[in-house]
Amino acid sequence: MSTENEWPLWEVFVRTKAGLDHKHCGSLHAADPKMALQMARDVYTRRQEGSSVWVVRSDQIVASDPSDKDMLFDPAEDKVYRHPTFYKLPDSVDHM
Amino acid sequence: MYTQAMDTLREEGGDKPALRTAEEAQLQQRFDNRIDAGEFIEAKDWMPENYRKTLLRQISQHAHSEIVGMLPEGNWITRAPTLKRKAILLAKVQDEGGHGLYLYAAAETLGTSRDQMLDALHSGKAKYSSIFNYPTLTWADVGAIGWLVDGAAIMNQVPICRCSFAPYARAMVRICREESFHQRQGYDSLLVMMKEGTEAQRAMVQEAVNRWWWPCLMMFGPPDDQSPNSVQGMRWGIKRVSNDTLRQKFVDAAMQQAEVLGVTFPDPDLRWNEATGHWDYGAIDWSEFWRVVGGEGPCNRERLAARVRAWEEGEWVREAALAHARKFDLKEAA
Repeated sequence: MSTENEWPLWEVFVRTKAGLDHKHCGSLHAADPKMALQMARDVYTRRQEGSSVWVVRSDQIVASDPSDKDMLFDPAEDKVYRHPTFYKLPDSVDHM
Repeated sequence: MYTQAMDTLREEGGDKPALRTAEEAQLQQRFDNRIDAGEFIEAKDWMPENYRKTLLRQISQHAHSEIVGMLPEGNWITRAPTLKRKAILLAKVQDEGGHGLYLYAAAETLGTSRDQMLDALHSGKAKYSSIFNYPTLTWADVGAIGWLVDGAAIMNQVPICRCSFAPYARAMVRICREESFHQRQGYDSLLVMMKEGTEAQRAMVQEAVNRWWWPCLMMFGPPDDQSPNSVQGMRWGIKRVSNDTLRQKFVDAAMQQAEVLGVTFPDPDLRWNEATGHWDYGAIDWSEFWRVVGGEGPCNRERLAARVRAWEEGEWVREAALAHARKFDLKEAA
């Protein structure tokens, strides 16, 4: 079964309302950008879930490798001084 | 609905311990620990080959069920009794199409293509829920499907929102959120006919309920002691609640709803059991279930033929859209 004539895959990001960020909500197949936008509207915003939609070709996304998770994210684990709670201040100024 | 995939999987075994290397054993151990800790597995994480295969099978068949499930109800869109009912039915059938797309996308993350899945459906290799091989003979069937078929589907689908495979779980959360209107609109439609309708309309509702009751009970799959793959499914966090438990929950809920509606179910053995606190029900004809799963239901050929025809007649559109996009890309590049 050949898949070379399959429409390319797009990732869909929806902003639910002004002031919030676009959030990934799924993917779909479409032949071109215009069709991808139209289909994203039909598939992911049938109940007024969106005020703005982004579509991005899936093959254009660069992602980290899950097996690199520890290497990438563990170094932040022992840097507790990056959090405000690390600093014990006198009660009178602790709301700082 | 549509979680029959694990039960109709008779030929394939469970998770065979065919591990070759120490490294694989270690990966398997880490995977098991994550499942035990209730963690989610993402598409790019390591997973046992059988876990991948089982999920691919279940999710793709779930997707096929949503798509084929558009056909029985679609049969009534042009003949809905009022504009309101027609708009509701259109929205519902459009939802089923959307649910199929969410699920196909979730299955694709496991490394298969949309075309491969559709080919499996069209060639008869992949199954879909047995319930859609029954016909919709009257308008009351649309209401009965909403109330009973979607009711059973929701009962089945809610636990999958906690499936260990995250892309499937995420799709199910969205589907369950949208599906609750499906059951309510069906019940509402039947209620109008029962409370405000004519004698003939009430008889039509009862007749539809009589036809859908047993097939709906079969939607939950074979009894627990005849569902050998359930154990593995539970171990992997793919299946969360057993077939019989879900079926009982459905019967208990449906009995109360039937009373309000003023209909009965075609089972003389339905009795309240004081000791268990549940409704006892009669024996299910599993030979009918296996007959329908095996392709001999009332509408199997018609349903599949409709899907194949839609796919073949749409081929020129798919090709033209792609050719147009490629031409545009070339112009951009030039």
